Amino acid sequence: MNKLKYKNVVSYIVLTFASLISIFPMYWMLVSATNKSVDVTRGILVPGTALLENWGKLLKSQPLATSMLNSFKYAIVLTLLSLIICSLAGYGFEIYHDKGKDAVMGIILLAMMVPFAATLIPLFQMFSSVHLLNSTVGFILPTISTPFLIMLFRQSARSFPHDIIEASRIDGLTETQIFFKMFIPTMRSTYAAAMTITFMNAWNSYLWPKVIMTDNKSITMPMMVANLVEGYVTDYGVLMLGVLLCTIPTVIIFFFLQKSFAEGITGAVK
Amino acid sequence: MSKPRGITLNKKQNLTGWAFLAPAAIMIAIMSFIPMIQALLLSFKTGSGAKLNWNGITNYVRMFQDKIFMQALFNNFIYLIVQVPIMLILALILASMLNNKSLKFKGFFRTAIFLPCATSLVSYAIIFRALFANDGLVNRLLMSLGILDTGYSFLTNTTSARIVIIIALVWRWTGYNMVFYLASLQNIDYSIYEAARIDGASTAKIFWKITVPLLRPVILLTTIMSTNGTLQLFDESVNLTKGGPSNTTITMSHYIYDISFKYVPKFGYAAAMSYLILILVGVLAFIQMKVGDKRE
Repeated sequence: MNKLKYKNVVSYIVLTFASLISIFPMYWMLVSATNKSVDVTRGILVPGTALLENWGKLLKSQPLATSMLNSFKYAIVLTLLSLIICSLAGYGFEIYHDKGKDAVMGIILLAMMVPFAATLIPLFQMFSSVHLLNSTVGFILPTISTPFLIMLFRQSARSFPHDIIEASRIDGLTETQIFFKMFIPTMRSTYAAAMTITFMNAWNSYLWPKVIMTDNKSITMPMMVANLVEGYVTDYGVLMLGVLLCTIPTVIIFFFLQKSFAEGITGAVK
Repeated sequence: MSKPRGITLNKKQNLTGWAFLAPAAIMIAIMSFIPMIQALLLSFKTGSGAKLNWNGITNYVRMFQDKIFMQALFNNFIYLIVQVPIMLILALILASMLNNKSLKFKGFFRTAIFLPCATSLVSYAIIFRALFANDGLVNRLLMSLGILDTGYSFLTNTTSARIVIIIALVWRWTGYNMVFYLASLQNIDYSIYEAARIDGASTAKIFWKITVPLLRPVILLTTIMSTNGTLQLFDESVNLTKGGPSNTTITMSHYIYDISFKYVPKFGYAAAMSYLILILVGVLAFIQMKVGDKRE
């Protein structure tokens, strides 16, 4: 028993240390957003009074409202469409599976290994030739269907009771109705997980928007934040406020859906 | 029984299945596989902008003579070889500590260590850039502790800039991998651990003899995912060190971006470089699967 307690002491120390290191940079970001640049570099670690001043400077130097609205627009549209398309496919692959569909699934999984850099240039050429640069459609198309989400929904369709499908068929529901009226409501937790992950990935994506959003009116929050460090002199208070604003939406989602986020990233693996 | 007219119920359901999966499958074909083939064709062409001519394997030869690209390739491997093992071992240790029924505040620890995943890659890269700046908090701390007299320029010194990138990567991704390990640890019957403890096995022994072998499949998965991610690093190189000092921390994806979009676009050359990443990802995943699947 003593040995067990001793072991836990080591665990407590290590875990506390790891937690502090994990939280500290975010705490520092939060505090620095309320301090003047000079105070940030002086190493002040308590909240200051310069939040409004930083806010004013940020609004003046960057298209904050535009990039915030764009990021929300791109991420929400992408999440909704992606969830429908991928869950429909995952359901289709599992419920009606046969040799042909399993083979197609195998090929789709191969797409998981394709690095984005390898498709970036042809995608850029394709999108610029059909005038999809600087558009929501341009933002969402490359990642609207992902092997990961299809796999996640295929996995969850495996646990969907076949009795429900049979009973619904006898009740005269069409196959499409069964999907929308039976599968979606039953699989709410899978949808929550998929939503969390897709929204976060969409909100945080950087390389693709950097390539296709050539117009300042179409930029996203991560692009706006990256622009803040372009100059020679960095205003740390303003910078950290920008980083904070870019982080708030994903952190809120993270706290509300932490469990489903964890289930989501590990779920497709089991 | 008379033969049913038209298509049978089974066939109808089969077709419904195809209709359900068609949009997703077609999108992946158009957005992944077709561009992949186009990139392969492009990699055998040369020229800038839209005027491209076939030139065989010149791009591939040129790539290996390009000092910056070789530097980028080397950098990616440094990050891979140093950062991935550190991160995965840390994640394993933290996960096995959290998988302890007599431990309190598990929820808090898990959330705290997992939290860095909620920051965007650009955000955390910029936070770390600011922390390690010449007038940043880390220098301030080291000076007030008397370790340094003046601020050390972490980001303009090759070795320290690479270390900062590695520290940042470990910070961002350890919790993510820990969650994978925790999920599969929870599938392992806890009584195995209790039995081992009663038998007097040491913590280290339990870790190496029980935890690691049982988690082999998920360790393999996280290794492949991390390798894949490390070979594609972009946001950190662009925003944390800006590839500097003089390209000694630049990654392959960052260089490909610069070649394609920053200067006069050389799409053919960039496509050839991107194919090297594709090949590396495939070969490394294959090797890892071979090694990881070996039974003892």
